Formats: sequence, structure tokens, C-alpha cells
Amino acid sequence: MQPSAPTLPVERSGRRTGGPRFLQTETGKGWLTISPPLLYAVLLLIGPIIVIITHSFWTQDYLTIDRTFTLDNYKAALTEPIYRDLLLRSLFVSVTVAFVTVILAYPVAWFVSFHGGRYKGLWLFIITVPFWSGYLLRILSWKVILGYKGVLNSGLLYLGVIAEPLNWLIYNVNAVIITLAHSWAAFAILPLFVSLEKLDRSLLEAAADLGDGPVRRFLRVTLPLTMPGIIAALLIVMIPTVGDYVTPRLVGGKDGVMIANAIQVQFGKASNWPLGAALAVSTMIIVSLVAGAIVLMLLGLKRLFK
Amino acid sequence: MTASPMIEIRNVDKSFGNFKALDTLNATIGEGEFFSLLGPSGCGKTTLLRMIGGFDTPSSGEILIGGRSMDGIPPNLRPTNMVFQSYAIFPHLNVSENIAYGLKRLKLGREEEEKRVREALVQVELSGLGPRMGNQLSGGQRQRVALARALVMRPKVLLLDEPLSALDKNLRAQMQVELRHLQRQIGITFILVTHDQYEALSMSDRIAVMFSGQIAQIADPKEIYQNPATRQVADFLGGMNFLTSSQLAIDGRHFNAVLPGIGEISGHLAGKEISDPSSAIIGIRPERLRIVWEGETAEHLVTARVVDRNYFGEVTSLVVGVEGQAGHLSIVETNDFGADDIPVGSDITITYDGDAFIIMQG
Repeated sequence: MQPSAPTLPVERSGRRTGGPRFLQTETGKGWLTISPPLLYAVLLLIGPIIVIITHSFWTQDYLTIDRTFTLDNYKAALTEPIYRDLLLRSLFVSVTVAFVTVILAYPVAWFVSFHGGRYKGLWLFIITVPFWSGYLLRILSWKVILGYKGVLNSGLLYLGVIAEPLNWLIYNVNAVIITLAHSWAAFAILPLFVSLEKLDRSLLEAAADLGDGPVRRFLRVTLPLTMPGIIAALLIVMIPTVGDYVTPRLVGGKDGVMIANAIQVQFGKASNWPLGAALAVSTMIIVSLVAGAIVLMLLGLKRLFK
Repeated sequence: MTASPMIEIRNVDKSFGNFKALDTLNATIGEGEFFSLLGPSGCGKTTLLRMIGGFDTPSSGEILIGGRSMDGIPPNLRPTNMVFQSYAIFPHLNVSENIAYGLKRLKLGREEEEKRVREALVQVELSGLGPRMGNQLSGGQRQRVALARALVMRPKVLLLDEPLSALDKNLRAQMQVELRHLQRQIGITFILVTHDQYEALSMSDRIAVMFSGQIAQIADPKEIYQNPATRQVADFLGGMNFLTSSQLAIDGRHFNAVLPGIGEISGHLAGKEISDPSSAIIGIRPERLRIVWEGETAEHLVTARVVDRNYFGEVTSLVVGVEGQAGHLSIVETNDFGADDIPVGSDITITYDGDAFIIMQG
């Protein structure tokens, strides 16, 4: 047998196996890996949005849909006083709920992160416990608390603080805000907790070393460095609450009705999908703008304390 | 040391449950002194530094700064500033803002504040880096910013928690020199925590060597190296040959002993008290042992067999066995005469400096 030269694996770069070259690259592999959830997300998220947007340019013609392009739905959505008022109220409620939730959630997250010690996990677990019951159940329990003959009123009556039940506790905007703020608390606590956990404690020691007391330390170090968490928490709470129609329905009374209730009516009883779609798209755009404005405002606020 | 004490540490204890992190520490640190706390990790040196800064509280005992008890005084009200081991540079602020952080509260006025920041930037050689963000700095730059941020507060005492341990070797050597110069120039008290013996030796006016929560010795670097109080101190600072001895006799300020295989030796106690002579041990530094080359005449000749040889570039370390001595001895020789070519296993003749023997508490 002839002594053969040792065969070395030459030409390792380039086309080794078949298949498109793009899929061999890091980027290609990345796309390949995320493609199932990506497809899923596109189908279930982008798809419906396209359907909604196209519908918003059409017209309901009794039982059929007239598919000629029109902006009439938007004109109605943006100019009719009823929709404008509902949209403004929804924005007011969702922005208020977001800020109230974050302001109430921040101390909780701060406590768990700074003083939770070995029991951090347990604390987080306890915080999520109420969320094991259904959404409806939590709203209804607020109805029990705030109702005319509810826990709060009977408690105050029993203590003699009031002579007759307060009738302004429920079926108004306040009740909607209270209920929503409670419903979304955990969703605000978690991102705030994460951002507080990421905060390097030696930065707080450095601030103390440089002469800052607790309040200044919080304003100059903790607050700006946890701003991403605050923004995340605000958006996580604000965006879905704009579209909530169950809570206003159950505890909002006629003063607590929000834009989502109107949209629901258009897609349901009124059976005017194009108008409902236009309302939904307008809401989406306006909420995005408001959210963007809030983010910019908070980032500006962050530069203020230095 | 200088006349007036800046920091007094009086009977300071710290316990975590049953664990004594610090055990009855006493020390006085002078004004304008460069004082180092040296010891292995876990010896309590950082805890002591943090207590001086106000980040930890003693379980008992007290710390005085400038004659004032610091009991219950939080870090923000103490005349100390700290350079943290992690540097703790504020990532959301740029270099100038980091340095100005503590000045803001003093309300110096914009001009004075900017002037001080500019001066500090020059002092740590970072001019021009002012607008760079805190999270875009290299290790050395972060270290300098941390230093400037503390110095700009004009503290009475600067606390440095292993400030150089994160830097690479060359930068570390350079910063050691710079820190020393800076300290002489501004003349305030520096307290440095380090586990690096050479750092402590080269920078400090005095060193406190700590082991498991206790101070083993406080002295100037030369004294610590040449006359370590205990075996532990000697071992931690450079190499030390511990010798087997018999007939150890201590009288007044001298000691005599017979070292098997080496001979009869004597030495000074150098002001040390040996409380328990039965546990005392005699040692000699490796550089105080020499090889006797052929044709050379010398006193105190000892025959030794080379067991191992380690080459370090400018010097060679030889490990030799001497009959009668339980442990191997180590010799450090420069390579001028060919110490790096001595074969392992060969017999050589060595000698010692007659005055180089040290007696230590075991």
C-alpha cells in the first residue's frame, strides 16, 4: 500500500454542508431559533391588527360591509362628543391608575428588595397570591368592599364615623381607579423589584459617603437608576387599563364608562365593526402618543436631580 | 508618626452571632499619616475600614475621629471619604457630575464648584474626560474618578478599600507611586486596606497586620519586614525560613541558640517581648542566606543540598536541605554568578549574615 499523506480537514470555511448559506451564520441561526414564536406572534398579533385597520376604512351597510375606502369612521370617532369624552376619560383613568399603582407599588418593591433578606422569594410569592383568583372575582370583591351596604360603609357605620352609608364610594370613576390600581399592583411591583435588585448597593453607600442623607440618596441615585423599571411599570399598567371594559362595567356605573365599553358595543350590539375598528385604532394611536410623552417627561425628570 | 492623633480606635469589637469578626482592636492613626490595614481576606480589615467610614457599627468600643466620638454618626456626617473597592461610579452621571456629586450639597456656587472639579480632574490626570459617562470608563479611569470624587470633598481622612486590586500589574505599580505622591502633597490621613504585602510596604508610613479579627502588629514597613512580631506576620510578609533550634536562651535584649547543621547563633530581641520562650521560633529571610562560590572565603559555612530551583528572571530561588534542619530552607540569589545554573541535587556551600536571625513568637 502506498503511504498516503495525512488528510487534513481543508477548506473548513465556506460551504461545508448543503442548505442556504444564510442559515449557517449566527444571525441566520438566530432567526431560525425564534421563527416559531415569531410566526405565532405575527399571526396572532399583527394579523388581527391588520384586520382591524382595514375594517376601519370600510363602512357597515346594514348586514354587509361596504369595502370602499372612507375616513368617515375616523371622523366620527374623533369628532363625536361622546367618543371624545370617553377617550379623554379613559386616558385620565389609565394614566391616573398607572401613577397611583406605581406610587403604591414602589415602596412594596423597595421593601422586598432592600429588606426582604432571605425571604425575598416568599414575599414575591405572597404578592402574587391574590392573582390566583380570577380577575372578575377581584373586581367583585371590590364591589363588596365599596358597595352601598358594603364592608367599608357598614364598618364606618358601626364605628359611628358616618350616620348613613356613603353613596359616592362605588359606581363612579374613583371606584374604577381603585379597583384597577389593585388589579395591576403585582404587574407594577415585579418590574420595579427587578430594577431595584439590579441597583448596585455600593452606589448608595458612595452617595452617603459623599454627604447625602436618605432622601437625597433616593432622589439622586435610586430614582434615576430605577427609572427604566418605573417606566416599564407605568406602561405595563397604563396600556392595558385603557382598554379595560369589565371593571368600568362592574364598578363604574354610568359615570365610569370608558372607551373600551363603546368599542365593545360597536363590535357587539351595535354591530358596526368599521366604527369600532376606527375607535380602536384611534385609541391605540393616542395611547401610544401619551405613553411616549410620559416616557420623555420621566427621562427629563431624571436629568433634573443630579 | 505625627504628634496629634486623627483616628483613635478604642477596644472595638464586632460580632456576627457567635463569630467574632473583630476582637478588641486598639490603634491610633496620626494626622497626615499613610496607614495600611494588611491581612488575608476575611481578617476583618475591610470591616474596620467600613466602621471608620460609618458603614458598619462596632458591637462595642468606639472610634474617634479628630477627637470626636463617631458613635451613631452616619457616613454622610463624617469627615471621611471613601474610595470603594468596586469604585461605585454613578453610571447615570458623567465624570464631571460624578466628581461634583458631593459638592452639590455644599452649595459652593457654580464657579467654585466647576473650579474644584477642574482641579480634581487635573490632579488625577483625567482632564478632557469630564463629559464621558460613568459607565464608559476603563478600570484605571474609574479608579481615578473615584479618587477625585472623594478628594474633592477635602476630607480629613481618605479611606481606600483595596483600590488597586482591580487594576493590571503595571497600572497598579504606577498608581501606587501616584497615590503616595498625592498623599504627601495634600497631607491628609490615608487609610488603605490591602491584602498585597508589597503595596503596604511600599506605600505606608505604618502598617497594621491583621489576622482573624486581631491586630498582630502595628509598625512601620521596615520594622514589620525586618522584625516581625509573630510567625504569622513573618510568613505573610515575604518568605521566611523557620529554623529548628535547641538550647534557646533569652537574656535581657539578646538571645542565643544552637541551630542543628548551622551552628551557634545569637541575635537581638530588638525591643520585642517574648512572653513564652518555649514556643518562640528563630527565622532568617531568604535574601540573608548566600551561596559561597568557589575561591571565595567566608565565615559561617554551611553545607546544603539543592532540592529545587525556581527561576524568576532577575533572581533565582533555591530550595535547599540542611542536615539537622527539619524544614527546607529557601535562598534568593541574584543571577550574576550563575545561581540559575546550579543543578538540582548538587551540594553547595552557603553562608548567612550573622546579625540576620530573628526571634518570633510562634
